[in-house]
Amino acid sequence: MAAVPSRAQFSLARRDSLFGYLFVAPQTIGFLLLVLGPLLAVFVFSTQDRNLLSGTVEQVGLQNYRFMLEDDPFFPTVVRNTVIFSAGLVPMNIILALTLALLLTQPLPGMVIFRALFFAPVITSTVAWAVVWRFMLQGDAGINAFLAVIGIDGPNWLRQPNWAMFSVIFTQVIKNVGLNTLIFMAALQNIPQDFNDAAGVDGANLFQRIRHITLPLLSPTIFLVLLLTLIGSLKVFDLIMLLTGGGPANSTNVLVYYIYFRAFRVFETGYASALAVVLFGAAFVITVGQWMLRRRLAYNER
Amino acid sequence: MNARALTTARAASRQRRFASKQTRAIAVYAVLLVLCVPFVFPFWWMITSSFKSFSEIFAYPPTLLPTTFNLDNYRQVFELQPFVRQYWNSLYIATLVTLGTVFSGSLAGYAFARIRFAGSTLIFLLLLSAIMMPSEVTIIPLFHYIQDLGLANSHLPLVLLPMFAGPGITATFMTRQYFLGLPEELEDAAYLDGLSRWGIFWRIALPLARPVLVAVAILTFLASWNLFLEPLVLITDPNKFTLPLALRGYTDPYGQPLWGEQLAATTMSIIPVLALYVVAQRHVVESFAFSGLKG
Repeated sequence: MAAVPSRAQFSLARRDSLFGYLFVAPQTIGFLLLVLGPLLAVFVFSTQDRNLLSGTVEQVGLQNYRFMLEDDPFFPTVVRNTVIFSAGLVPMNIILALTLALLLTQPLPGMVIFRALFFAPVITSTVAWAVVWRFMLQGDAGINAFLAVIGIDGPNWLRQPNWAMFSVIFTQVIKNVGLNTLIFMAALQNIPQDFNDAAGVDGANLFQRIRHITLPLLSPTIFLVLLLTLIGSLKVFDLIMLLTGGGPANSTNVLVYYIYFRAFRVFETGYASALAVVLFGAAFVITVGQWMLRRRLAYNER
Repeated sequence: MNARALTTARAASRQRRFASKQTRAIAVYAVLLVLCVPFVFPFWWMITSSFKSFSEIFAYPPTLLPTTFNLDNYRQVFELQPFVRQYWNSLYIATLVTLGTVFSGSLAGYAFARIRFAGSTLIFLLLLSAIMMPSEVTIIPLFHYIQDLGLANSHLPLVLLPMFAGPGITATFMTRQYFLGLPEELEDAAYLDGLSRWGIFWRIALPLARPVLVAVAILTFLASWNLFLEPLVLITDPNKFTLPLALRGYTDPYGQPLWGEQLAATTMSIIPVLALYVVAQRHVVESFAFSGLKG
């Protein structure tokens, strides 16, 4: 109720400003020093030729970007890999998350246990997850040993270019799909049961109900989750670093990994900064899109 | 149709419906059981393999349980690296990050929700705009500055970075949303009773925000415990390693993983997290739901 402020509220407000600044000071100063400052710096770095080992710094204008687009033999591959990775991960994640959410919201006993199991990888560290999966995806042991028992000769999952990309995507999807499942479950529970009941009376079967009632009602959520998963897919560094190191033959070398590689393996921090600016641009565009969408949806809802 | 026939027809249809419900339940369970294999099996395989001998790890056909319960891998974990030290590093860093983030995040979140001051919306939007930014974007300048300050191989950046980047911003956002949903009357009354803004925050608002603080604490602890890129780039001294780095350290002279040791160390590294999860599953899952649509 902010109709007529009382005198007490007035004086509170005046003395309050000071407290306001004091209260937000730690987060704001920390943000300026550790987030905004480095973000501005990366733009500056991207116009320099820098070497981490020798410590040389030279102004080169837009040369890093020119090299990226015209001369870097790896950049097109990296862009292609990044697109393939995201294009594989996002649909796989969303379809699996939707399926799991539809199953886990069935009114059956024991769903709590299943929910806990599907969510467990989310809280596990990526490094731990990668150690185990690298162990399981070896050429001659792990999953392939089980496959051999039933007479299947499994591929060398992480050492064959086509399989490596698939394995990395699959491992990442299993790791994090629980998060999207959780969001979809919440959205499903918000759909009034009447809709489904009415359709049931009209003789719609389960798949018709999902197709014509659940999915349309869920579509705003699906679209938001899609964009968020897309941004998330640009950030998958740990798993790729640990499972394949970008290999074999650069087949899993995506942008985040390439930034790390150029900066901390080849020590070209100037050029790596230009790559980081590209990553920032991609994440920025998707984030803005997601915000605009979310605002529109919020207006429609209320 | 006579009454008797009607009853039988009804009973038959009820039975059919019951049967179809039952088949559906069985189908749901069957699909879930199959789907959960890649989610659950890795944990099983990691834990059981960590107790296997070197030869059994690669035995064919593979064994689902260790034939002999073998603790050699665990012994090796502590001999090859200062694992206790590394474990302690992760534990104390995550604790500091959690305490710091809960405090400074809720302080800022409270101010953004309750206190009117010039520029508050602008500052809030500025913070929020960085919430989705990949940390790989800023790691290069951060590395430079941290080296220039002589803080390479120091734990200080590993404490401060999560506090003010991603997890800290998330904490600010979550607590702000929560405070906005709390009634203001109690705080007005406290003000009239002569409590300062700080007093209102500390004694009235913060205790009311317990649920969101628990959620923030869980998310922040996990974020710090699992932090990888920053320590990877900043820490080179094995004595200063955190667990994610330590797990990679169990390799032979050719850089190939020592599987038994890696799996034993990994098992030990996820024990506190899994224990927390088993004890407080609802809280843990809710804290992710709390953080809104994320990742």
